[in-house]
Amino acid sequence: MKRHRPNWLAGLGAVAWLLLVGLPIYVMLAITVQTREGYGRNGPIALPDTFTLDNYTGAFDEGFGRYLLNTLVVTASVVGIVLLLVPPLAYAIVRSRSRLTSGVFRLFLLGLAIPAQAVIVPIFYLISKAGLYDNLVGVILPTAAFSLPVCALILSGVMRDITPDLYEAMAIDGASPARVFGQLVLPLSRGGIATIAVFSALQAWNGFLFPLILTQSDSTKVITLGLYNFQTQYGINIPGLLAAVVLSMVPVLLVYLFARRALVQGLMGVGGK
Amino acid sequence: MSTTTLAAPTATEQRRARRSPGGPTLSRPGFAWALPATLFFGLFALVPLVLVVVLSFTSWAGLGSPEYVGLDNWRRLARDPVMINSLWLSVLLTALGVLVQTPLSLLIGVWAAGPQRNRAVLSAIFFLPLLLSATAVSVLWRALLDPNFGVPGQAPWLFGDGNLFGSRTGAIAVLVFVGSWQFIPFHALIYQGAARAVPAVLYQAAEVDGAGRWGQFRHVTLPQLRNAMITSVVLMVVGGLTTFDTVLILTQGGPGTDTTITAYHMYEQAFRSFDFGAGAAIALLLVVVATVISLIVVRVSGYDRMRSTMEGL
Repeated sequence: MKRHRPNWLAGLGAVAWLLLVGLPIYVMLAITVQTREGYGRNGPIALPDTFTLDNYTGAFDEGFGRYLLNTLVVTASVVGIVLLLVPPLAYAIVRSRSRLTSGVFRLFLLGLAIPAQAVIVPIFYLISKAGLYDNLVGVILPTAAFSLPVCALILSGVMRDITPDLYEAMAIDGASPARVFGQLVLPLSRGGIATIAVFSALQAWNGFLFPLILTQSDSTKVITLGLYNFQTQYGINIPGLLAAVVLSMVPVLLVYLFARRALVQGLMGVGGK
Repeated sequence: MSTTTLAAPTATEQRRARRSPGGPTLSRPGFAWALPATLFFGLFALVPLVLVVVLSFTSWAGLGSPEYVGLDNWRRLARDPVMINSLWLSVLLTALGVLVQTPLSLLIGVWAAGPQRNRAVLSAIFFLPLLLSATAVSVLWRALLDPNFGVPGQAPWLFGDGNLFGSRTGAIAVLVFVGSWQFIPFHALIYQGAARAVPAVLYQAAEVDGAGRWGQFRHVTLPQLRNAMITSVVLMVVGGLTTFDTVLILTQGGPGTDTTITAYHMYEQAFRSFDFGAGAAIALLLVVVATVISLIVVRVSGYDRMRSTMEGL
């Protein structure tokens, strides 16, 4: 019963953290609805005395729409590849008795620890040699490959929770591995599949290093690179710059509202297991 | 048409016949199910890992083919003061990150796992930075901390001359702060998940033994969170050593080379100076250092043995 007494110290810390997260986000939103002159006069702390949405339309004039479209293409393709490759992989990791497959699992565990920077030079080399430099395909492939380890870990954790009785029942019926996969494993791991979809989408959406290294022209720029560019070119126009930051968050927030559970479970799965 | 419909069941029957009915492999998928993902992953993660070793012994400027130069890149790096400094800096920033983030995320995570009202709403806001890309976070803080137009200029009592990016200490403080702002929610989430999994019976037992709140935290929660803590610290170490976008956007490695961490130095060498051989060598060094430190953390903590007991549960 004692546990249900309020924990003042932790509560205080929580409120402090709330301010630390909430205030900058509020300040950012407040800045983006001011004119540049108004912001220059008032600074970031004072209450805004002007209101305008020009900063948002301005971001689209600077090519934000194009970047948005490119990011959507990259994200959708990465999620497609992950959903195609990871469920069979996780199924094999959980159910296969082959020695090779347990080796593969260890390989993907090792892959979790490989940072993208470690291999960015060879990937640049491979992508250039394949003629995919400055092409969205060249961004999609490595981004998808680097989402595989985490997604395999999450989904195999979910599939491991399917009780052995169910597998045995299907085995007695003489079901082939493909039938077990289609009729038992896939339907029962729908939650996990949603999680890896959200997770890989978030990674692709927020990806920076691969686009930075592997693309060059405006026509292949994704949102994160667009922000970086805005910052280096229009750094003084802080309301315009932050409006672009806010716009870059909107789709993620929408996904978050609908898929919060899937995302949080996936993130917990990373460390919990 | 007719041959395929005839052939298909025959093939299935043959496969069934070869398998011992009721045997252990019945209805179990073979390695073939893992093959497509493995090949794909191998091509983009493992082949490059081998290739980075090869490239570190070559000279390549991005055009034409790499030329073998032996240990040349390595010799140059050993004499490069920026390189040596960058390694210390990476370790310093990582250590500061771990020291700042671990207690805070532990506190927030344990709190968020508790039974308070409004917790769901509050945690949703807590975890907001998780959704933002490192780019968005860095651009946001770069703007908010801008020497001329940002918060420091308005609060000289707190920030002095306001140019946080102009001094070594200031720039490092900004990087640690922004990194913590971005990653504490993630680590808090790890601790939250682990704290929820602590069996309530342990707290009841502790209470019977007369342990107060602090005693329960110290003797039940903390030991039970050991696994989570090691996972979290390993992730912080690897993440910290490979921080890149934050530095590129916030400080550009400056002032001077005061925040040129190893990953940023690699980027500058390879993609700004077009010295891909040196870039590959730095990248390789980075992987080795990150792996060694992670292994040390795992070994010292006994996590490898613990993981096997976890799998038995």
